[in-house]
Amino acid sequence: MQAELLQILLTYLKAFAVGGGICLLAQIIINFTDLTAGKILVYFMLAGVVLTATGVYQPLVEFAGAGATVPISGFGYLLANGAMKGAEKGFFYAVTGSLAAASAGVTAAVVFAFLMALIFKSRTKRS
Amino acid sequence: MTAKPRENSNQNYLNYVKTQDPPTKHLNNCVSAFLVGGFICSIGQFIRYLLEYAGLSGDELAGATSIILIFLGCLLTGLGVYDRIGRYAGAGSIVPITGFANSVTSPAIEFKTEGWIYGMAAKMFTVAGAIIVFGVFSGVIVGLVYMFV
Repeated sequence: MQAELLQILLTYLKAFAVGGGICLLAQIIINFTDLTAGKILVYFMLAGVVLTATGVYQPLVEFAGAGATVPISGFGYLLANGAMKGAEKGFFYAVTGSLAAASAGVTAAVVFAFLMALIFKSRTKRS
Repeated sequence: MTAKPRENSNQNYLNYVKTQDPPTKHLNNCVSAFLVGGFICSIGQFIRYLLEYAGLSGDELAGATSIILIFLGCLLTGLGVYDRIGRYAGAGSIVPITGFANSVTSPAIEFKTEGWIYGMAAKMFTVAGAIIVFGVFSGVIVGLVYMFV
């Protein structure tokens, strides 16, 4: 029982450390280069794709769980992983596999953003 | 700020600002990015555990986890909470998938006034569109490389 609790705690700790580490890396890059949020998102997503295709990201996902899948690089992981799994099934799935794997995230973002736009009004940004 | 440099150009002033501004802020930035980013990922892990307990597994589990996180990101953006977190957390709120949700919802709400089609729907993808374009393109390349190499 106690060992199990420790295991769960360790999983949270790993997710926190790796996820936080990826965000820390992004913050350091922003501090030194003044890249905008959009560019950071694209670069980290592409990094996720490349690292997955080269087999580096999969062990990180197994180690850190949500710590590796929740950051945007995890979105790249999803895309590349879908493409690689699709490539085993044939040409059609090699081409469509990536977007199919990411469909849940994209659909959710579009639907919920639409609903929020229906419900909420734009507010003046206080800074 | 009482002792203004006199014969200054803009450049002088910018240099002056630079000497006064960075060091402490950089460190604070990084610490808050780490803490908030880590915290969001821990929430993701928590949701994962809950759904696993509810009987989901594999692709379904991963998909449902990101759907719930995206929902939370959209809702907090609509409520105006996420922008406040972002001001404090920087990359800690941009890089997690909730930041992706924020980048979709924020312009959708803001440009609603310019109409539903050219405003809300078209502007929704100002940032997310770039991610999807490069994501799909690189994904297709990866698929083809794995197919033929």
